[in-house]
Amino acid sequence: MTASSLKEQSPEIAARQSAMGILAKASAQDLAETWKNLSLEPNYTVIRPAEIGLVMVRGRAGGTGAPFNMCEATVTRCVIALDDGTTGFGQALGRDKQKVLQAALVDALWQQSEHRDLIETKVLQPLASTQEQAENETRAEVAATKVDFFTMVRGE
Amino acid sequence: MYVAVKGGEKAIRNAHKLMARDRRGDTSVPSLGLKQISEQLYLSVSRVMAEGSLFDAELAALGIKQSRGDLIEAAFLMRAYRTTLPRFGYSKPIDTAKMLIRRRISATYKDLPGGQLLGPTFDYTQRLLDFKLAADGEAPAPETQEFEKEEVVPRVTDLLNDEGLIEPDEPIAPDTPVGDITREPLTFPADRDLRLQNLARGDEGFLLALGYSTQRGFGRTHPFAGEIRLGEVEVDFFMEELGFEVPLGTMTVTECQMINQFQGSASAPPQFTRGYGLVPGQGERKVMAMALVDRSLRAEELGEEIDSPTQDQEFVLSHSDNVQATGFVEHLKLPHYVDFQSELELIRKVRKEWQEKREAAEQELVAEAAQ
Repeated sequence: MTASSLKEQSPEIAARQSAMGILAKASAQDLAETWKNLSLEPNYTVIRPAEIGLVMVRGRAGGTGAPFNMCEATVTRCVIALDDGTTGFGQALGRDKQKVLQAALVDALWQQSEHRDLIETKVLQPLASTQEQAENETRAEVAATKVDFFTMVRGE
Repeated sequence: MYVAVKGGEKAIRNAHKLMARDRRGDTSVPSLGLKQISEQLYLSVSRVMAEGSLFDAELAALGIKQSRGDLIEAAFLMRAYRTTLPRFGYSKPIDTAKMLIRRRISATYKDLPGGQLLGPTFDYTQRLLDFKLAADGEAPAPETQEFEKEEVVPRVTDLLNDEGLIEPDEPIAPDTPVGDITREPLTFPADRDLRLQNLARGDEGFLLALGYSTQRGFGRTHPFAGEIRLGEVEVDFFMEELGFEVPLGTMTVTECQMINQFQGSASAPPQFTRGYGLVPGQGERKVMAMALVDRSLRAEELGEEIDSPTQDQEFVLSHSDNVQATGFVEHLKLPHYVDFQSELELIRKVRKEWQEKREAAEQELVAEAAQ
């Protein structure tokens, strides 16, 4: 089964992927701040301590053709388990162990129905809105550099 | 005869200390912070990430600081560092059509969907040294403008594909293996996946010179910059333990689609063919050169005559890596005392023989003249 067909089958997985995406994109500082504001101190055990490694990033020839290996990127990942056995996965580009540990905790709590709303409103939404704002700012700045062509009509 | 020579440890230690002092420079000037390098010298950082073949701006900044700004040395440091880390696996191929675009231009279509977005560029500047920058270096806030939220920015190469005027990317079976030159040594002939990996980490100067040579007639590429785009793309990674793909965040890439004339062959109608460039970070000159060289290296596949250096994949791919090249060139300065000693002896012997032959010939001449 491919990942994309899994995604179609399970809105739960799609929602978790989207949460993981927000956490991975967040700056370590923003994530640490929202985590602190949450004032939750769950008990957890570290299943896989935060580890720095490499992922070979692929592109496609011509943009849509055969895959090729473009370059490696540093990635940090970590797995924790809450007391009820829920496992949380944290992973992101870069080498910040604290960030992926917090991301793993958020991922685990998000899976617990009693915490999901809190995580959504106090962590994911603020982070997503910061990211959207930054993205909109970039797009507005780039839009200002869009070329408006005009044609000079000569003669009649 | 093998002669082991020891010594020089103290001299080496002291030389490194002296280098560290020189690297620090005048201590009344503040030391460079890594953030200063990664924020203010991002194009150097990009080059080190591309040629070091490792996307991590902070590490590249450290490499630049440590190497005193020698970007090849910095790339070398990146390559050495990556060998200390475990490889988690391969990402899903990034989708550059879904990029958060910061620059996108086409030299082939004026009015294309999404428009010409100049973004942060040196183009159209007059290349005059800016003494205001020397004085303070503060920048004005950029202008902003309303944008269409839903606007899509299609790839230029998709635009003409309805007519079949531009060659499409060849469809590939999903589980086709992808070559990796960090795992298997390069052998020839090399397929395009291996060539593109080699070029993506290849030296910008070398590829620039080769690309330039194709434009000047050594390989005849007749290129147009179909599209250049810069921005952030998402990187997704399949996690075995979870059984689904997880996003790892975004990375900056630059991409170039070069469009080239093609006369057609027995099997293909006349159409535009393409060369492709893609690198981590912001490296516009590099992707353009890479796309020119990629197209030239497709000569055999397209049935073109191979008569120029840039069409010769063994020549190009064996010499593009500046870490390898610098290793071999710079090893010449390491002690070769014994090698040279034996050469010295050989040349003395050969000279002696040469001299003896000459003297014998002279005597013969004298004898002939006397007769």
